[in-house]
Amino acid sequence: METAENYLVKGDPLLEIKDLKVSFKTDEGIIPAVDGVNISLKRGHTLGLVGESGSGKSVSTWAVLQLLPKSAIIHKGSSIKFHCKDGESVELTDFKSKSREIRNIRGGEISLIFQEPMSSFSPVYTVGNQIMEAVRAHRDVSKEEAEGIAIDMLSRVGIPNPKRRFKQYPFELSGGMRQRAMISVALSSNPSLLIADEPTTALDVTIQAQVLNLMKELQEELGMAIIFITHNLGVIAQIADEIAVMYLGGIVEQGTRHDIFHNPKHPYTMNLLRAIPRLGKTDGGRLVAIEGQIPSPMERPSGCCFHTRCSEYMPDRCNVNIPQITQISPEHTVRCFLYES
Amino acid sequence: MAKFMLQRFIGMMVTMLFVSILVFIIMELPPGDYADRYVFRKYAGSGMQITESDLRNIRHELGLDKPAYVRYSKWIYGIVTRFDFGPSFAFETSANVVIGQRIWLTMAILFSTLILTYTISIPIGIYAAVRRHSIVDYSLTVFSYLGLALPNFLLALIMLYISVNVFGASVGGLFSPEFEEASWSFAKFVDLLKHLIVPAVVLAWSATALQLQTIRATMLDELNKLSVTAARARGVSEWKLLLKYPARLALNPVAGSIGFDINRIFSELPIIALVLGLPELGELLIRSFIDLDMFVAGAILLMLTFLVVVLNFVSDILLAILDPRIKLQGG
Repeated sequence: METAENYLVKGDPLLEIKDLKVSFKTDEGIIPAVDGVNISLKRGHTLGLVGESGSGKSVSTWAVLQLLPKSAIIHKGSSIKFHCKDGESVELTDFKSKSREIRNIRGGEISLIFQEPMSSFSPVYTVGNQIMEAVRAHRDVSKEEAEGIAIDMLSRVGIPNPKRRFKQYPFELSGGMRQRAMISVALSSNPSLLIADEPTTALDVTIQAQVLNLMKELQEELGMAIIFITHNLGVIAQIADEIAVMYLGGIVEQGTRHDIFHNPKHPYTMNLLRAIPRLGKTDGGRLVAIEGQIPSPMERPSGCCFHTRCSEYMPDRCNVNIPQITQISPEHTVRCFLYES
Repeated sequence: MAKFMLQRFIGMMVTMLFVSILVFIIMELPPGDYADRYVFRKYAGSGMQITESDLRNIRHELGLDKPAYVRYSKWIYGIVTRFDFGPSFAFETSANVVIGQRIWLTMAILFSTLILTYTISIPIGIYAAVRRHSIVDYSLTVFSYLGLALPNFLLALIMLYISVNVFGASVGGLFSPEFEEASWSFAKFVDLLKHLIVPAVVLAWSATALQLQTIRATMLDELNKLSVTAARARGVSEWKLLLKYPARLALNPVAGSIGFDINRIFSELPIIALVLGLPELGELLIRSFIDLDMFVAGAILLMLTFLVVVLNFVSDILLAILDPRIKLQGG
């Protein structure tokens, strides 16, 4: 255990995103993707980010690591504050995407794993080569030492016969195995934050459960915080301490897992929960769907973004003004006129 | 890997066998044979009467009266056991002597063209992809399409004009007059390199243009791959990332197309050689067909195809080394 890490206490602030706004330059003009997101995450905690495709879940987390393509603009006034292992806190939006500072953060402090374990590995290098690359990017170790660390990481994520797997190419591993290997790459430098961008979506249900359990075990062992991005509420219920529900680039409701699942306030959250299929609840026979389609980001509705699909729509209010954040309890916030006094 | 190489090697040998049969058929194709030509050349204008039996004697002397399969076996036997490609009727010596130095000079042109093509197209293709839509990218594209659009012989003439008038090189050939008969020395080697520049640039231009576009396109594909973002997300520096992932994969199509490049060089070379007066094989090949000097023609065809087949073999091996997916599925 490195001495600096002894000062790191679970529950201390780790990541604070304030008023994050990201837009994309396209041929059709500038398209807003993330519009004023606030997130704060404590050391060792797990935040679940839920939302439909295109709601800005991935964009807001990729912005943290400055991994967005060149066409993306992070607006002035956005702030992403991160507390490093050495106790210093840094403003990540100040770093250029190719700077040494952000490279030290990437993989060293914050790691990212992706939805498709197949394409996250390059097919022309062995799994071992790519883990060693991650190790040597952050630690001044020899090739032999890096190999030892890599093999140790592979066995830690539950890959049997890690010495053999180390020498194999990604296409020789199964989907679940590859995602485990990807996790071992991400955790090889002991980051304090793991961003998991739909890590279980491409896996079948039994493998999904295994990977989720593995992530929980590793979190207890290594103490990292996790931001878990998914559109699967069932998955989020298993792993998250806090949940943020996103819709069209903004967070509509945020609270503890208990708040979101047992005391949802926003009509969108309530609809999402109603849309989950449940065993034994077959009385209606049909699943509830949310009315309408998610609007194109090119034509953002005025006022509250959700008013076009909302069952509680109040004319002249929801489509005119943007609702402010309302505090339900110290940890539970919602953006909806139903709760604004 | 050893198994893969062995398989490819056996395949190469089978190819060469069929090629030799095909070459022999081509040698037999032209109407008439060297006996007619020989008589015409030796006795035309001398007023001598040549009878059918004289012709038959000459044919017998030259060994042209035996059935085709006997002549084929004899020919191949000579090549395989003694590296003897048979006689040259026109030059009245062996084909080996006639081809002699020309094979080395042809290979010198071939390899200098290949080296020039890859040393220019690989780094520039990578650069153009990384700085895409920049002025450098666009001007490179225009420049390379210019090479594709201009006919080779015209390009050769322009280059020749420039090299004579601007650089004061001697016109045509592979050596300056003072080195023509000299034995090999460093100065002669430098002189050869100077003369190789024009044919190499002319031949390499269109190949470079094609390779450049291939590399640029592959790079653009690879740069957007998730595996590259994943490597970036683990803190790898931008340059290392670029060279290790997209650039490495952009080499695959290059390695795979060496064979095509060689084919194109060989088919374009005779025209360039004619314009530049280069003593290489293609030009000799055309001359030997005109003279019905079939053993020389056969030897040249065999050597050129052998070079193509061997370099294709090398290209296969290179590709298998570069891309691990290939040997595992093929072997």
